[in-house]
Amino acid sequence: MLDRKLLRDLVGLKGQAMAIAMVIVSGVATLVMSVSTLDSLRRTQEIYYRDYRFADVFASLKRAPEALRSRILEIPGVDAVETRVVAAASLDIPDFPDPVRAQLVSLPDEGAPRLNGLFLRKGRMVDPRRGDEVVVSEPFAEAHEFAPGDSFAAVVNGKRKSLTIVGIGLSPEHIYEIGPGALFPDNKRFGILWMARAQLAAANNMEGAFNDVSLALSSEASLPDTIERLDAILAPHGGLGAYGRKDQVSHRYLFEEFRQLGTLAAIFPAIFLGVAAFLLNVFLGRLVGTQREQIAILKAFGYANRDIGLHYAKLVVVIALAGTAGGVAAGIWLGKGLGRIYMDYYRFPFLEYVLKPEDAALACLVSVVAALIGALQAVRRAALLPPAEAMRPEPPERYRETVIERLGLKRLLSQPARMIARHIGRRPVKSLLTVIGIALACAILMVGRFQEGAIDFMVDVEFRDSRREDLAVAFVEPASRAAIHELQGIEGVEYAEPYRTVAVRLRHGHKTYRTSLRGIEPDARLYRLLDTDLRPIEMPPEGMLLTDQLGEILGVRPGDMVTVEALEGRRPVRETVVAALTKQYVGVSAYMGLSPLNRLMGEGEAISGAYLFTDKRYLPDIYRKLKEMPRVAGTAIRENEIRSFYDTLAESLLVFTFINTMLAGTIAFGVVYNSARIALSERSRELASLRVLGYTRGEISYILLGELGVLTLASVPLGFLVGRGLCGYIANKLGSDLYRVPLVMEPGTYGFAAAVVLVSSCVSGLVVRRRLDRLDLVAVLKTRE
Amino acid sequence: MDGRTPNAPETRETVFRARGLTKIYDMGEVKVHALRGADLDLFEGELIVLLGPSGSGKSTLLNILGGLDVPSAGTVHYREMDLTKATEKELTSFRRRNVGFIFQFYNLIPSLTAVENVAVVTDIAEKPMRPEDALDLVGLSDRKDHFPAQLSGGEQQRVSIARAIAKNPAVLLCDEPTGALDSATGIVVLEALERVNRELGTATAVITHNADIAGMADRVVHLRSGLIAEIERNERRKSPRDLHW
Repeated sequence: MLDRKLLRDLVGLKGQAMAIAMVIVSGVATLVMSVSTLDSLRRTQEIYYRDYRFADVFASLKRAPEALRSRILEIPGVDAVETRVVAAASLDIPDFPDPVRAQLVSLPDEGAPRLNGLFLRKGRMVDPRRGDEVVVSEPFAEAHEFAPGDSFAAVVNGKRKSLTIVGIGLSPEHIYEIGPGALFPDNKRFGILWMARAQLAAANNMEGAFNDVSLALSSEASLPDTIERLDAILAPHGGLGAYGRKDQVSHRYLFEEFRQLGTLAAIFPAIFLGVAAFLLNVFLGRLVGTQREQIAILKAFGYANRDIGLHYAKLVVVIALAGTAGGVAAGIWLGKGLGRIYMDYYRFPFLEYVLKPEDAALACLVSVVAALIGALQAVRRAALLPPAEAMRPEPPERYRETVIERLGLKRLLSQPARMIARHIGRRPVKSLLTVIGIALACAILMVGRFQEGAIDFMVDVEFRDSRREDLAVAFVEPASRAAIHELQGIEGVEYAEPYRTVAVRLRHGHKTYRTSLRGIEPDARLYRLLDTDLRPIEMPPEGMLLTDQLGEILGVRPGDMVTVEALEGRRPVRETVVAALTKQYVGVSAYMGLSPLNRLMGEGEAISGAYLFTDKRYLPDIYRKLKEMPRVAGTAIRENEIRSFYDTLAESLLVFTFINTMLAGTIAFGVVYNSARIALSERSRELASLRVLGYTRGEISYILLGELGVLTLASVPLGFLVGRGLCGYIANKLGSDLYRVPLVMEPGTYGFAAAVVLVSSCVSGLVVRRRLDRLDLVAVLKTRE
Repeated sequence: MDGRTPNAPETRETVFRARGLTKIYDMGEVKVHALRGADLDLFEGELIVLLGPSGSGKSTLLNILGGLDVPSAGTVHYREMDLTKATEKELTSFRRRNVGFIFQFYNLIPSLTAVENVAVVTDIAEKPMRPEDALDLVGLSDRKDHFPAQLSGGEQQRVSIARAIAKNPAVLLCDEPTGALDSATGIVVLEALERVNRELGTATAVITHNADIAGMADRVVHLRSGLIAEIERNERRKSPRDLHW
């Protein structure tokens, strides 16, 4: 019988029950979405890595005879070794004038690769006897709408040749396909091409040799030892320093992404479920208050405290379970959507969407426990109510004058305003929690928008303040400084600025970091370094500059000495002073004057490429001329980098902001609606009395909704504060060596959050206002409170 | 202005004129006839008591007079105004200007002090008296800054009388004003009502099922089963102090 009462109670309170359930839906949905996406990605990655034999150690070198392979295989703990030829190429794609760079990777002439296998999506593998056949990576093929049978021209090692696509594939090495030195994937302008080993070797004078090696380790092998031994073997052959998976670009991005997803999986559900617990607390507290007499009668009939407690606990569990069911469904839907978005960035052959039963069970458990914690106090109160006391109405609420009034401002307040102030003041904790609830909604909204603003800022600093070139040209190998004149000679190139990059390992004490040391001119105009306040700084004549992140990693401050171990050329090792720290949001690098770097390398005046400032009208001609230059390995166009970045990002940001807005709107609506409904049930008698006394609907709405208005307005500044803190926390969590998210809060972020909160409040206010209009004036006159 | 002389009340102006009032409540499967064609006049300055057992229709009648409810059939005029044709908005403004309500359970606003509860009404009235004066009239000047929770039931009801009269209404409608009070306190409340009627000349209708209260009225209206069974005229109004129950 009690269960039937429970059902009827729920039907009677369906508005509030639904609003609370919606908040639980949001919490569970975010939890299920993040956890299931994370599980799906992890499991997919695991299967992919295992089935396609993703290597454990990677190294590039200048050139080593194939015979070296057996020596590498002798390193203890090494299970498999795959040697390859890897080369850069620039492509000439029909109807696409921009420079396109490609990485050519060799496939064994016989059998499948021992490591880093190739998943073939379409077509077939290359014929080892054909030098014009390639398999292209899927994102690149998609960007250009390539199909097997299509062909394009490529400049490989200075020689132009025509290549035909025979297959489209994917590799665990390039799940995140990003060009060397690029910040974001640009699938139109960078791709991976797989070619037969013998053919690629012949084109690059690598017959019987290799310039790239990957290792698989046994489970007991030591990674640092292996790297050390491999480096020792490769050093005479121009080894650029071996590294493990954690420094492999694609793996690294994936790893960071998982970490971020894990952070979000914890924060958002916690907020939602916390708010839901609070709402249930208030909701049930009121319900027990209005059902005092029923409780008393049930007890008088002999129901035990436990039965009563259980009855109300069941009510909470039913709401929590309904919310969980909706949340799991919504979470699966969102998770699948999120998975599709991830598949745009992270190229897996397949994405196996999994929701582990234990995750669903966890979501269920978490929400029910949160709900019960929220309801505990009210359930206890219901259970422990002595029957005789419960028969009597609740004692009248005691009110006091508020602080504002006692300060002498009473005259400023009309009677309705005093009612609002005193009602808020009577239950300060509840009012505060309401304010916090709405503030959290505001904060969540800010997180959604903040990412957009932060990325804008990042791009502005990186691509507009720091890098100001139109084109960045990279040479196949270091060239003499004279090469700059060749570039300057191209019609339309107004200014060319040389740079040099050297792969180095930096060491300070026992801390090391592998990065590139970039040499630029002291008076560089196109590549400017910024100090920690984002003001341009001059390259000092001596010493080097580190990005602040690198300074932190190495634990150095300006004035400290750092050991620079060059990983190319004659591999000099030098002590160098850190002159200053620079601010950079993307990547972790070190900088030096061009001449000091060349002196350090002992190679004379060498450059690795140049930044160009151009007359835009000549760009197509400039591209053409650059493609014809054998020493040019690739060209990056700054505007394109920005555009392609936004193209890929825009969609997912839109989705994230949308989801965020929906969820936060749910919270704001849920909190305001519940507060309003409870206020209405608590005060319908006095509001009806006022109506009888001649107050209009508008005037009593003001009294009821004014309180919510005050609470909402109070919550907005608090929301701004919490939101800023939350954004700071998330920015900090999202930051890694790959990039740091600046904490830039644009006015629009605040405005948007406040607007959504206010609109949600107004909507719930209107819903409640409709109920006020239907207030039964006659009934209240006849009933005691 | 002299509520004491019961002579020729018909010469005085009519405040309410109700004719053939019928009210049917549709309670789903059953229809409840709360009023079955009641006729009633209420004259200026007069105090009437509506007497009847519960379910006799007295509350319904009062609610219709007060503009809280509309009859299913029949007409009711407040002076020249036809309340049966008034809109919701017009009824609200009618109550605001002309009617003072007193309820069985006082219906004070718990978050406002005594004087503020009165001010709630004077704030929206056209020519109100000062809230303090209204409280003075019911003998509660010294309790004006107390919240309802700090007042006894009788005190709360006197605040509610002060609230009702503070706007200088044309009519006071009292629904079981002593229903929740013991007899001694009830008499104090009735004295306050009587004094208001006498000093301000406010037409007053008091609902009760307590026949003893009838003695203080100019006329006693007996209701039974939705009909006005009898109207009794008291030759002399008794002072509430002389009432007993």
